[in-house]
Amino acid sequence: MIETTDNKAAPPVPQATDTAEPARVERTPKMTARNVHVFYGEKEALKGVGIDIHEDRVTAFIGPSGCGKSTFLRCLNRMNDTIPSARVTGDIELDGQNINSAAMDVVQLRARVGMVFQKPNPFPKSIYENVAYGPRIHGLAAGKTEMDAIVEKSLKRAGLWEEVKERLQESGTALSGGQQQRLCIARAIAVDPEVILMDEPCSALDPIATAKIEELIHELRGRYAIAIVTHNMQQAARVSQRTAFFHLGEVIEYGKTSEIFTNPREQRTQDYITGRYG
Amino acid sequence: MATTSGHTIKAFDEDLDRLRALISQMGGLAEHAIRESMRCLIQRDVDGAQKIVENDKKLDALELETERRAIQLIALRAPMADDLRDVVAAMKISSVVERIGDYAKNIAKRVPLLENAGNIEPLSLLPEMARIATEMVHDVLTAFVERDAEAAVRVRERDRAVDDFYNSIFRTLLTFMMENPNNIGQSTHLLFIAKNIERVGDHATNIAEMVYYAATGQHLADRPRGEDMLKG
Repeated sequence: MIETTDNKAAPPVPQATDTAEPARVERTPKMTARNVHVFYGEKEALKGVGIDIHEDRVTAFIGPSGCGKSTFLRCLNRMNDTIPSARVTGDIELDGQNINSAAMDVVQLRARVGMVFQKPNPFPKSIYENVAYGPRIHGLAAGKTEMDAIVEKSLKRAGLWEEVKERLQESGTALSGGQQQRLCIARAIAVDPEVILMDEPCSALDPIATAKIEELIHELRGRYAIAIVTHNMQQAARVSQRTAFFHLGEVIEYGKTSEIFTNPREQRTQDYITGRYG
Repeated sequence: MATTSGHTIKAFDEDLDRLRALISQMGGLAEHAIRESMRCLIQRDVDGAQKIVENDKKLDALELETERRAIQLIALRAPMADDLRDVVAAMKISSVVERIGDYAKNIAKRVPLLENAGNIEPLSLLPEMARIATEMVHDVLTAFVERDAEAAVRVRERDRAVDDFYNSIFRTLLTFMMENPNNIGQSTHLLFIAKNIERVGDHATNIAEMVYYAATGQHLADRPRGEDMLKG
């Protein structure tokens, strides 16, 4: 096994991004979305959404049910392709490359833009195999030693290594809900993605498991661009640096999390986050 | 930003209303204490002044109650945006209003010491000065309860009048003391009383700024200062 000091090798994460930001040169966004429309059959679920996703930063999507936040998240790694009636228009770029173009290999795209779902969904295989599966199909490891290293590194980054290192051959489904979700995060990390999408990753977890995932998100944002959909506004406030408020298929407001939650510009944002919506 | 409607959770609105009501109640007590202190001063009502000192305990208790409820509301309701600014403002305002009560108490404590003072000119100016200052307190707390940023701005503009009164009283008392050293004792007490009222106006101004921020999320720009007696 190598890289036993992996956790310490993580780049220092600035603690107060928002206050530190004016001095920082605004870099090119990792992903950009412009004028994105999504139709499910006749129904227009997204009506021209434009948002940037940055590295080193957690972007939270909030809004009432049916507002389009998950639909938009699923656009970012073309998960909507799997829904026959769904039609996506507009420009979505990853490092300046159109992800909907014919030149984009969707399997490759989903390796670069990983996803963690609402309900933990480990494969009915061993913990080891759950993490090794992605690197294996993408040919990222040449031999067992390298694969062992990837599995260990991924489990460490997901904050799960210490809890499972003695039982890597046990089934992933035997873990607790929170551990399963961290296993899914390890599985997403294993293929060395650039962006991680999380669709309500804590909604099925208890508060302690939720806190562990949130701490993990905080650690991971030094390495990956992260976009998270959450119904829990406190969670959006805790984990993100940018927040987008979706309503009826549109982005009503997108800005610094600290400002959205203390002094939103739009009345509809204010009504939603203060619990007056509807 | 104006509030469009109540919260989905009605009890949240009730909690916020209760907090506003507490601030109103504190304001009422503080205004009354300042007015009473002036009446006792003019009428040389030593017993009444003693009552003001005792009543100040009510304000202290209400301040603690406001803080307790604000903390509880933050813990249980997790207020956001304008709600959060409101709750924080309520906490800050309650401690300022408690301080205003302390000024009334301080004035009341000087009433027995001035029992035998003659009817010198500043004594007739003080109630008018106090009237403006207590009106500012009343109006700014109404502005808070009604989330009226513009009303808060208007209150702040009136502080100039209180400052002008103070400067005028200061000069008069100075002249009075120079004319006859026997006047120094009572004049000093009156000067402290004038200073206390001047501070009430300043505190009302501070509350106006808190109200403006709570209501709009923006900080009010600095106000042009009036004449400063400490300069020149």
